[in-house]
Amino acid sequence: MGRRIAATLRRTALHAGPTVLGIIVLDFLLLQLMPGDAADVIASESGVATAETMAALRHQFGLDQTVLTQLLNFLGHLARLDLGYSPRYNMPVLDLILQRLPGTLLLMTTALSLALVIGIALGSVMAAWAGKWPDRILSVVVLLLYSMPGFWVGLMAVVLFSVKLGWLPSDSNMTIGANLSGWSMIVDRARHLVLPALALASFFVAVYARLVRTSMLEVQRQDFMRTAQAKGLHPFLIQLRHALRNALIPVTTVAGMHLGNLLGGAVVVETLFGWPGMGRLALEAVLARDFSVLLGVLLLSSLLVILANMLIDLLHAWLDPRVAA
Amino acid sequence: MTVDAQLADLGSRAAPRQGRRLRAFLHNPTFIAGAVILGFFVFLALFADWICPGDPQDMVAQPVLWPGQDMQFPLGTDSLGRDVLSNLVYGARASLLVGVSAASIGLAIGMVVGALAGYFGGRVDALLMRLVELFQTTPTFLLVVVIVAIREPSLSTIALAIGLASWPTVARLMRAQFRSLREADFVMAARSLGYSSTRIIVQEILPNALPPVIVAASVMIANAILTEAGLSFLNMRDANVVSWGGMIGDGRDLLRTAWFLTALPGAAIAMAVLSLNLVGDGLNDILNPRNEP
Repeated sequence: MGRRIAATLRRTALHAGPTVLGIIVLDFLLLQLMPGDAADVIASESGVATAETMAALRHQFGLDQTVLTQLLNFLGHLARLDLGYSPRYNMPVLDLILQRLPGTLLLMTTALSLALVIGIALGSVMAAWAGKWPDRILSVVVLLLYSMPGFWVGLMAVVLFSVKLGWLPSDSNMTIGANLSGWSMIVDRARHLVLPALALASFFVAVYARLVRTSMLEVQRQDFMRTAQAKGLHPFLIQLRHALRNALIPVTTVAGMHLGNLLGGAVVVETLFGWPGMGRLALEAVLARDFSVLLGVLLLSSLLVILANMLIDLLHAWLDPRVAA
Repeated sequence: MTVDAQLADLGSRAAPRQGRRLRAFLHNPTFIAGAVILGFFVFLALFADWICPGDPQDMVAQPVLWPGQDMQFPLGTDSLGRDVLSNLVYGARASLLVGVSAASIGLAIGMVVGALAGYFGGRVDALLMRLVELFQTTPTFLLVVVIVAIREPSLSTIALAIGLASWPTVARLMRAQFRSLREADFVMAARSLGYSSTRIIVQEILPNALPPVIVAASVMIANAILTEAGLSFLNMRDANVVSWGGMIGDGRDLLRTAWFLTALPGAAIAMAVLSLNLVGDGLNDILNPRNEP
């Protein structure tokens, strides 16, 4: 078991290497395409710029060298974990992003867990009553969730739960200036998390519910299901231990493929709820035309997706004994 | 499939294939429902000038009229006194235009990449699939935001950006199709006749590889519409064009007092996307008979 997981880890790490390099090159090329360069940004921030100072700045940042040299410089800086400096926020880009990373991670993991739990529950119910009325009603609900923009679901939830009922807050990630601590702080944070996580999860609930329904129905025809029935196991146990476990394999694969989309959705949801995360930072960077920050976010979130997919490969090796190292 | 549909299917075994396909479309309630709603939105988009004459961005009445308050503006007016109904009608145009053009761009790139990778295999395949993986790893929405930030946000830039970010799914689909079809007998026959690779790809394999791509196309348009709505909501939009996402963004400021300004355009997006998803599900049932219960 341990050896198989170690082998899986080595294989996925080897596979991820070229992808990481490719993403870095892609990011560099996009940075080259951006209108204006770092010198322009600094000049516009400081408000004074003569042709000489601009040339000096360009020389200082190596912007007057060939594209290839610049790419090598870029790689060299990255190797030292240097993503550049943001004149706008007056701090290194990496520090800026790392400051926002926990917020995004909290929002994403909560939304993903919510989507998985609700999606798997809905999908199992739909599969158990396939073709009957619970399946039909839930199919319509799921299809609606699949079609509604997540941020709009969030806005409507704000109208209902914050404006009309007054149950949940709709702005930021904590009550500003409340100076809470201990348990009351955790409750306050959790209350602020509910609506953004629901908005981000809504689309993915539908994705997983549809997927679980299909794969649960697919699994029913397998031989091992008949064996389990012949052994006289309780139908509920058969569904839980044999059907669901096997139906979860495609779900984990798809969850891995959707991580990028989840991060993308976080841009809109974080902006909408004033959530201090990476996605909102990306949008602020666009408005400030601070492109090194924008590309830093793009780079780090891609790396995050690769890392998460490696974790999912490990999970696969654990869920499915047939996955060879 | 209903019993009637099965009987109809049985009865038409001798009929030409085309006729059976058509009957399958007419007997699929999912497809019909989707096509009817989609047809309604296409009608709005095509005849917007005729349904609601005049510039939708003009101020026509006092601001923030609720729906039903003044029957001249049945769906009310927004914070700048613009007619909500007319904005919704013109918004259909922007959404469908961006959706269809973005999906076309994504389909074109994805089909070429997938066909080449699947047909030639080997090194070409390995290299192209690396590229696919690269684009699949990058968060799509962020990539779209970056591309739109490089240029000014116009409808064409937005469509291009969404297209450039959304092709990997199609590429994977096409690759799988081409891999399974390239060893088929009719392809062998074409090869032994000395046909060129281009001719085999375009004339022999492509028509047979299309069904799943057609299903994917409707889902791609749906996703492009959702992405465009998100972008417009974030104010990365063409200021001269009315869009549903933009309406939500404008209405958000009045969420507490006039929530209908947010609810209506969102419902329009959901209905348009729903119709495309229904069409996609219906097409999937019809074109991939394996999936029928």
